[in-house]
Amino acid sequence: MNISNQEYGRLAKRLSPPSAMYKTIPLAFVIGGGICVLGEALLNIYQMLGLDMEKAGMLTSMSLIFLSALFTGLKLYDRIAQHAGAGTLVPITGFANSVVSPALDFKSEGFVLGLGAKMFVIAGPVIVYGISASIVYGLIYYITTLF
Amino acid sequence: MDMFMEYVWAFLIGGLLCAIGQVLIDLTKLTPARILTSYVVAGVILGALGLYEPIVELAGGGATVPLTGFGYLLSKGVREAVDQNGILGAFMGGFTNAAVGIAAAIFFGLIAALVFKSGSKINET
Repeated sequence: MNISNQEYGRLAKRLSPPSAMYKTIPLAFVIGGGICVLGEALLNIYQMLGLDMEKAGMLTSMSLIFLSALFTGLKLYDRIAQHAGAGTLVPITGFANSVVSPALDFKSEGFVLGLGAKMFVIAGPVIVYGISASIVYGLIYYITTLF
Repeated sequence: MDMFMEYVWAFLIGGLLCAIGQVLIDLTKLTPARILTSYVVAGVILGALGLYEPIVELAGGGATVPLTGFGYLLSKGVREAVDQNGILGAFMGGFTNAAVGIAAAIFFGLIAALVFKSGSKINET
């Protein structure tokens, strides 16, 4: 079995005993809440600049994703994530990190099947089930509009 | 003062959603991929039932930044698209509303992967 250093690190971390919940949960709460406050601030700034609510929301997501890609590239995101746990996973920055991190790690395996394919290792399932759930809802909602 | 409370709610609700994720990680064997997937699907369901909208109104970024907010955005897009385009909308609205997020993640991800060196420093600890 071929296993890279990064994969080994992740595996070892996952299999080692979890740290105490009285530490992990408050950390996730504070850091995750902090990222949301940053999002709220960006949302307000973009609206002050004259964007409507919808566009301001899109630009906020884009900005957070950009920052996450930058921090992931600088190896800072994973370092924060070691302490924050779900606090850096659940926000949209965690989704971006799940795209950027494997893209970087698997670049050495080629640009198509390495970087290009591995990018979707986590984002792929998220999109598959998210979009499918939304289609199911759309079909049900369509039926309700008929009556 | 209103502005201040906005940030307090964003912090509390956003923090709560992350804390729930941490409880799931600590108590179950759910992998990050499963948690992200569950959060998006949960957001679609809560959005469909009309339960997420009030949370967004209360907490703003606290509700839209976590991935449940991404799911909520999908359900909202589908509802609007069905209103405009009928059954075809069920296959349009999700991607319409997810477009910016997915495109940004792909593009910035590609740029970051090209610009930065691989080989993470996680192992140093």
